[in-house]
Amino acid sequence: MPPLIGGIFFMDLLIFQAPILMVQASLDGILLGILFALIAYGMALQWGVMNIINIAQGELVIMGGYIAYFMYMTGIHPGFGIIVSPIIMFFVGWGLYKLVINKVVDRDLFISILATFGISILTQQLMNFIFGSDVVVAQSNFGTTMLFDGMVTLPNAKIFAAIVSIVFAIGLVAYMRKSKLGRAIRATAQNARAAKILGVDTEKVYAATFGINAALCGVAGSLIAITFTLHPYVGLPYTVRSFMIVIVAGLGNLPGVALSGMGLGVFEEFADYILGTEFRIGSVFMLLVFILVYRRFKLSRKREYLK
Amino acid sequence: MKKNNLILYGGLLIFGLVAPFIFPAFKLQISFLWILIVLAMTWDVQGGQMGYNTFGNILFFGVGMYICASTQIGMFFPLAEWTEAGGEKTFIHTAPQYFQGFFAGLILAGIIPMVIAGLIGYGILGLRGHYFAICTLGLGIAAGEIAGGIEIIGAGQGLTMPPWPKNIGDTELRSEFFYFICFTLVVATFVFLKWAYSTRFGLVLNAIRDNEDKAEAMGIYTMRYKIIGWMVSAFFVGIAGGLMGNMVGYIEPVEVAFAGPTFGVFMVLMAILGGKGTLWGPVIGATFFHLFKEGFWTFFLGWQYVALGVLIVVIVVFFPEGIMGWLREKYPERFGEVIDEADRKAQVILK
Repeated sequence: MPPLIGGIFFMDLLIFQAPILMVQASLDGILLGILFALIAYGMALQWGVMNIINIAQGELVIMGGYIAYFMYMTGIHPGFGIIVSPIIMFFVGWGLYKLVINKVVDRDLFISILATFGISILTQQLMNFIFGSDVVVAQSNFGTTMLFDGMVTLPNAKIFAAIVSIVFAIGLVAYMRKSKLGRAIRATAQNARAAKILGVDTEKVYAATFGINAALCGVAGSLIAITFTLHPYVGLPYTVRSFMIVIVAGLGNLPGVALSGMGLGVFEEFADYILGTEFRIGSVFMLLVFILVYRRFKLSRKREYLK
Repeated sequence: MKKNNLILYGGLLIFGLVAPFIFPAFKLQISFLWILIVLAMTWDVQGGQMGYNTFGNILFFGVGMYICASTQIGMFFPLAEWTEAGGEKTFIHTAPQYFQGFFAGLILAGIIPMVIAGLIGYGILGLRGHYFAICTLGLGIAAGEIAGGIEIIGAGQGLTMPPWPKNIGDTELRSEFFYFICFTLVVATFVFLKWAYSTRFGLVLNAIRDNEDKAEAMGIYTMRYKIIGWMVSAFFVGIAGGLMGNMVGYIEPVEVAFAGPTFGVFMVLMAILGGKGTLWGPVIGATFFHLFKEGFWTFFLGWQYVALGVLIVVIVVFFPEGIMGWLREKYPERFGEVIDEADRKAQVILK
């Protein structure tokens, strides 16, 4: 049976005859989506402040994951990766900014896309050399939680990941509101030139923004290391997911980011169950195309376009 | 000036025709160079002339490759059984079957991507700037992932192409045959684009790049021209894909057909290296890039993608104008630009 037609039959089966599977997929999706929202938050931050789109976002995530995996290999519990990984990744991000990104900040957006694409290929390959091309996972041994008399199972690692993501996101929002650097970042996002005139060192703000973004990716990556699998070449789907979440939610709309992240997670789990795992990544990319084209038709009624 | 051009074109044509006999060892390499030039030139129709930076032309490359392969096989044998047989050859094409299938496949490999470009063009080309870039990037990768899930064309395992018929000649003849097909393709692409850029079509593309809203306000149906431009690209890229599949002899969805990280980026890089928005830029860029690449691939075996990543960053960040742009700045007179000396001296750099 061709997969799509099979999918329609299967969906019918799923919704009316297998409510348990529905609950399972929805819960999995929501927990996954919270993690995506954390990555998307970093994307929105750098996009809003520096006006660059970072294709290497997914590679930063995977790099953070490999830090947790490395800790697991040396015998430390990978759960501590959520503390170590962001610290290392902050400096990686800072260094990356000083090396390359500062030269593309004021330029055309396509230049930043292409330059970060180059960084993404480079880091993929370096990770392949260092950690090998095998699919790896860091065992957390957190066990699983059973719901509804054991009909729905949730790994505790996923719940842990969602809680940590929420804590980090709330912490960052508070930091942005209260601290001096946070205020400087928000001022630069509003008007870089005016901020410069008023004595904000925008260069430092940009570097810090990119570093914070990389640190968020580090947290998300170390959570992915314990809940899912790592592989040097799976970075790009994370970039596309976060891009998609940001364009659906809009820049600077934090509840929107969280909601659309969860929506994407649920969509992905359902696509996985209905179409099959081999079409999972493909369906994510197709969703991106559909969302962009849908918004383009909606805007073109008013003779506007996405910009 | 006119005479010089004639000598240049004649010289290049003669070089192209005799090259396989002067450098017999590099026949296949030069064939790949012609394919790369076609990819760079057709990318430049969008990226350079029209100002729409696409990552999605690789979609047409892969579609052309699969269409060509399925036609070649499906015209004579059941495709599903061929795929199932995999490496073991239970079906063998005779020579007339091979060539019939090959040319029919190439024609379809041009037409079907063109039709696809026409169908999806209205939706996709309405996006602008980086949204267009990301959307087309997603399109190319989605196509690769979906092709990797379709059983009849080999799914993730890939599809072997029909082998060169045994009784008409050895592999030398095979590479000469493919060499001349590739050369014909590159000449056709060059002549067609040179002609197209000299017509109103080229002017409209440049107008879209410079200011699309104004072009629309002048009464040009920009969408129509954008779609036609994409269809032209898709036609040539599709044929290039079909040829590439036959030359490689084996199609795999992510590494060969919808190879975003290799050919998909190469075509962007070659056009930028040579100089976006010029006729000769992509040709020069592709030639330099091919030389660089072969050097890397031979001497830095295993590190080639690291070198590629560094190369992308260096070219994009430090050399975005390309070779033609650099030449233009250095010798503006050669490009027909008149510069007033007094004006140039009076310029003040604001910093």
